Amino acid sequence: MAIRACLGLMILLVFSSTISTALFEDQVGLADWHQKYIGKVKHAIFHTQKTGRKRVVVSTEENVVASLDLRTGDIFWRHVLGKIDRIDQVDITLGKYVVTLSSGGSILRAWNLPDGQMIWESILQVSAPSKSLLHVPANMNVGKDNLILVFGGSSIHALSSTDGQIVWRKELSTNSLEIQQVFQPHESDIIYALGFIGSSEFVAYYVNYKTGEVLQQSKASFKSGFCGEASLASDDVVVALDASRTYLVSISFRNGVINFQQIYIPDLIPEFSGKATLLPSKYNGILAVDIASSIVLLRVKGVNELEIIEKINYPSAISDALPLSKEQQAFAILQHDESRIHFKVKFDTDLTSEVLKETIQMYGQRGNIEKVFINNYMRTDRTHGFRVLVVMEDHSLLLVQQGEIVWSREDGLASIVDSTTSELPVEKEGVSVAEVEHSLFEWLKGHFLKLKGTLMLASPDEVAAIQAIRLKSFEKNKMTRDHNGFRKLIIVLTRAGKVLALHTGDGRVVWSVLLPVLRKSETCGNPFALNVYQWQVPHHHAMHENPSVLVVGRCGHNFDAPGIFSIVDAYTGKVHNSLVLEHSVRHIMPFPLTDSTEQHLHIVIDDNLHAHLYPKTSDSVKIFLDEMPNIYWYSVEVGKNIIKGYSLEIKGEQDMAENVFQPKELWSIVFPCESETIALTATRKMNEIVHTQAKIVADQDVMYKYISKNILFVATVAPKASGEIGSATPEEAWLYAYLIDTVSGRILHRVSHQGAQGPIHAVVSENWVVYHYFNLRAHRHEMSVIEIYDQSREDNKDVWKLVLGKHNLTAPISSYSKPEVTVKSQSYFFTHSVKSMAVTATAKGITSKQLLIGTIGDQVLALDKRFLDPRRSVNPTQSEKEEGIIPLTDSLPIVPQSYVTHALQVEGLRGIVTTPAKLESTTLVFSYGVDLFFTRIAPSRTYDSLTEDFSYALLLLTIVALVAALLVTWALSEKKELREKWR
Amino acid sequence: MSEGWCCGRSLALFALVILLPIWIARGFQSDELLQDDEEFGLEGGRPAAGPKPSTNPVRSPIRRRPDLDPPSGSADSNSVQFSLEHNLGGSEFSPAGTFTARLKSWSHGGQTLTKLRFSRNALTEGEKRAFERLLKEDGHYTIRVPSNVLNPSGEDYVISSVRARCIPRESLDEHFVIHTDGVNIIAVNYGSAGACRYPRLLRYPAKWSFTSYTVLKNSEQAPRTPTFAEELLAGEDGLGEGVKPPEKSFWAKYWMYLVPLGFIVMNAMTQAMNMPEEQQVAGQSTSQGQVAQRAPTTATTTAVRRR
Repeated sequence: MAIRACLGLMILLVFSSTISTALFEDQVGLADWHQKYIGKVKHAIFHTQKTGRKRVVVSTEENVVASLDLRTGDIFWRHVLGKIDRIDQVDITLGKYVVTLSSGGSILRAWNLPDGQMIWESILQVSAPSKSLLHVPANMNVGKDNLILVFGGSSIHALSSTDGQIVWRKELSTNSLEIQQVFQPHESDIIYALGFIGSSEFVAYYVNYKTGEVLQQSKASFKSGFCGEASLASDDVVVALDASRTYLVSISFRNGVINFQQIYIPDLIPEFSGKATLLPSKYNGILAVDIASSIVLLRVKGVNELEIIEKINYPSAISDALPLSKEQQAFAILQHDESRIHFKVKFDTDLTSEVLKETIQMYGQRGNIEKVFINNYMRTDRTHGFRVLVVMEDHSLLLVQQGEIVWSREDGLASIVDSTTSELPVEKEGVSVAEVEHSLFEWLKGHFLKLKGTLMLASPDEVAAIQAIRLKSFEKNKMTRDHNGFRKLIIVLTRAGKVLALHTGDGRVVWSVLLPVLRKSETCGNPFALNVYQWQVPHHHAMHENPSVLVVGRCGHNFDAPGIFSIVDAYTGKVHNSLVLEHSVRHIMPFPLTDSTEQHLHIVIDDNLHAHLYPKTSDSVKIFLDEMPNIYWYSVEVGKNIIKGYSLEIKGEQDMAENVFQPKELWSIVFPCESETIALTATRKMNEIVHTQAKIVADQDVMYKYISKNILFVATVAPKASGEIGSATPEEAWLYAYLIDTVSGRILHRVSHQGAQGPIHAVVSENWVVYHYFNLRAHRHEMSVIEIYDQSREDNKDVWKLVLGKHNLTAPISSYSKPEVTVKSQSYFFTHSVKSMAVTATAKGITSKQLLIGTIGDQVLALDKRFLDPRRSVNPTQSEKEEGIIPLTDSLPIVPQSYVTHALQVEGLRGIVTTPAKLESTTLVFSYGVDLFFTRIAPSRTYDSLTEDFSYALLLLTIVALVAALLVTWALSEKKELREKWR
Repeated sequence: MSEGWCCGRSLALFALVILLPIWIARGFQSDELLQDDEEFGLEGGRPAAGPKPSTNPVRSPIRRRPDLDPPSGSADSNSVQFSLEHNLGGSEFSPAGTFTARLKSWSHGGQTLTKLRFSRNALTEGEKRAFERLLKEDGHYTIRVPSNVLNPSGEDYVISSVRARCIPRESLDEHFVIHTDGVNIIAVNYGSAGACRYPRLLRYPAKWSFTSYTVLKNSEQAPRTPTFAEELLAGEDGLGEGVKPPEKSFWAKYWMYLVPLGFIVMNAMTQAMNMPEEQQVAGQSTSQGQVAQRAPTTATTTAVRRR
């Protein structure tokens, strides 16, 4: 009986082990989550007809055009245009097509409003990418041949809105023309196009809408010049700013006669100082000027008469005008007051009174309002109701209606700059977990359902219930550390300067903070988020403290701009400390060393190559000084084609007092400018763990991996071939791959690939590097692998030496020794072009590795490292086969089941981050772009744990049944024996 | 000192005479400096002056020609000279030796450096003292050469450093690996001739003279991806099937029948079933899992086990 049970169990195990590495349909969403975002909204277009009323079409800074549900904020459809395909403008035409103008006015596309399918696409010939304008004539009778006008560079294109055909094209034959305003007076066939030529000439064109004929053209130059902003005040007056931004210039152009009229802004607004900005708005006779402290609304009464209507103090925002009728327009004003926002709607006919006045309570860290888009709707009582779409400083999007935030989208997550992970707190005694745990009955019920499912007895309803239980497992969403290390916090830094903590269980935002130092201020005009590092990871000492992360930024895009530090609590998001540094930030080197409070030491290299130590405590300085002779660093100067290596030294007392260290140049590698330019550098992850140096190959032989944390992979390409694929012939293109030791500056290996060019992507791990490039000769992408082995330990294979103790296994390795290395390499064709590459990382480094490749289709493909083994041969021997060497093929296979992202796409994929779980077999994978995707993968399958779906109930049931059967048979046999004896 | 010199010189001459044919015979076989070559007794050797046809790699013994002022770039279009400068802990670099190389022009217009030879200047007393100080404080000994040897601009230098304590042995043993691309020097790997043990102990050389080994390295081509003919691929697949152990494929094909069969057999038999049979079943069942998965999965499991 026991044997049978054993066998039954074995069979069960066999069945479960035949499950492939891919997911089953019902496993989607168990360990992974996917979040869709669109990015910071630039334009929003509301549609007023039919079902379109429920939607808003937006275009964003991530080059997404999307249609959102106005009731919930969900995405109906969206399209992510390429990274270089910047959206200039978006509009709706014919009441059913969304038109987008992108790539500097050279691509016009129409998308179907209900489902987002592309209707047509037109490529326009634009001399040079410049500011471009899209003009979709309003109030047209549907059915008439509607033209869409595109002004870009010095030309006007008119396209049919039904099929995108170019109807006419007009060259205005003027260089450096920038059209600022286009408008069409009601019921006329004439288009007015107003713009500047160069910086000092104003020009007005009157163009026939149907034929493109220029009916009239008038120019006039203005000697103090324009700054390039203009706002249309009425049908014949446009207001511009002069070059110094202190004069308003009202320009009248009635009947082709141009008149300038200057108005000194301080005369109009006495408290004005600094520079003014015109807010783009289209009001009847109203002008909005942004002066440093507030927004001023001016009414244009005549050519030289302006009148202040209202001053709105900062922080505030004002929307475009929304035409309600022919005479009346409405616009919204939003004003901050601490955590509240005052929302006012006014008609341009009556500016003194408000149509609507609401106050909204704003929760959370969202910063100031950046943009407002107004929309109206019919209330139940037939009056006008208004709602606004608000873009906040942290790039989130809110819909405000009836004094409430109806929905909000955390769209800052579409522009993640960097990420790190943090462990969750340990589950403490006394902390009640009853709320999150099921009761015993629930637990049993769940398992009973699962059992039914396994035995295929469940009804469809029950199957759904099982799936719901699995997806909503409380276990994975708990806020405490788990045994397997699956639950963590992913701490991300977004471009807006917001730090968010995402739970790995379901991707919810646990906390978020918009860092005050990364917001625009007087001291720091253009802050810019760079990186996030682990600052404090308490484990031995300071166990009671929360871990914290260090956020690094910079004031402005130049390397010499002062740096910004901010230390944030990883559990609560509380900002512990933030400061603007006195020096700039060029590199940051986190050290594995920690001080007594478990704060990691960080070295900041400034623009003058001076090193600054943080934290600035005497404790950390002491630890650092002990290690200083063994600290080396390098800098890659891409523009100069030089890589330099440095050590640190102290010169003088002042340095010592300020903890500033001077660089001492130790080595340099100079790539010849005429034949090579640095295309890419890659290093190993500092926290990567390698299980063993020895690699057992066929026939019980041993090879020793050359494992050095100081390996730098550098790829250089021919300067001619540094552009896009196809810009160079195969003869002109080559690629050099280098392996460099960053302590001594030795080139360990240098190899050339003729006829190869970038874009290059590389990943370095253990003793190997895999890089991806384009092979011009074969017209295919290629992936190469270089593995580097240490020869100096080869002698240790001699058993006698080991016995006699003459081995060098325990001798420390010095980078200054002459390296004795051998290199094995191989190249394979690969079908996809690659957006990003990463490698799996596990806790102990035992599990075999997989490469994670972000493909051009925005998916993540897991490719086993064994396919990229340089030792693959055409006919592997029996022993090599046993080792797991795959026969050589010229291209790498793409197994459809090995997509980590299964059916999903991580739109705009930019990065893949891997983090080891505590369970050795498992790696956590977080990939980000416009979307976020998280999952956990087991490159060698979960050999060290039962799967989550393992039916304990079935096991229990089997055992119970077995015991029962045992008892019954025992009783029966007893009875039988008794009967035998009586016989 | 001078006697030792002479002795060394004749020894070196002797060694050269003996070794020259061997080098020529070896031709261009290897770029690597072999450890055994140290035994040839070139330390401190001073061969007769005058260019000798040496091959690549060149291991030139030191030559002391302090009178030779190294001109940067040579009038002779076929040979080029560039100087090695060193820094003994201060901020200034001073001349320390001269490299001489032959310029080889190719038919396609490129030029490459070949036949590199090196002569080291003798250490002056001041330099010796500085070197001793470096040894004491475990400092860096830094050298540099111009990155463009044809027209050194005086700006771009290729720099390399080593801990001074790595160099002393019998004499001061140094090893240069010069990576070139055409006439440009990309990098110089400078270091001790062998291992540099850590912790580095303070040790003074017996002889305060340099023994230099130089290797010139050009880039190598990456191995090309083999392009397979379709037939080859197909044929190989067929071959792979054939080679497979028949027992395995048998199991792979019929396991689904055999397992129930095993059940039936087992049911039919009494409790006195013997163990070997069970083992067999167990053993087979794992192999079935692998076969069903085809190559990738099989290997994943084995790969893990192998580590």
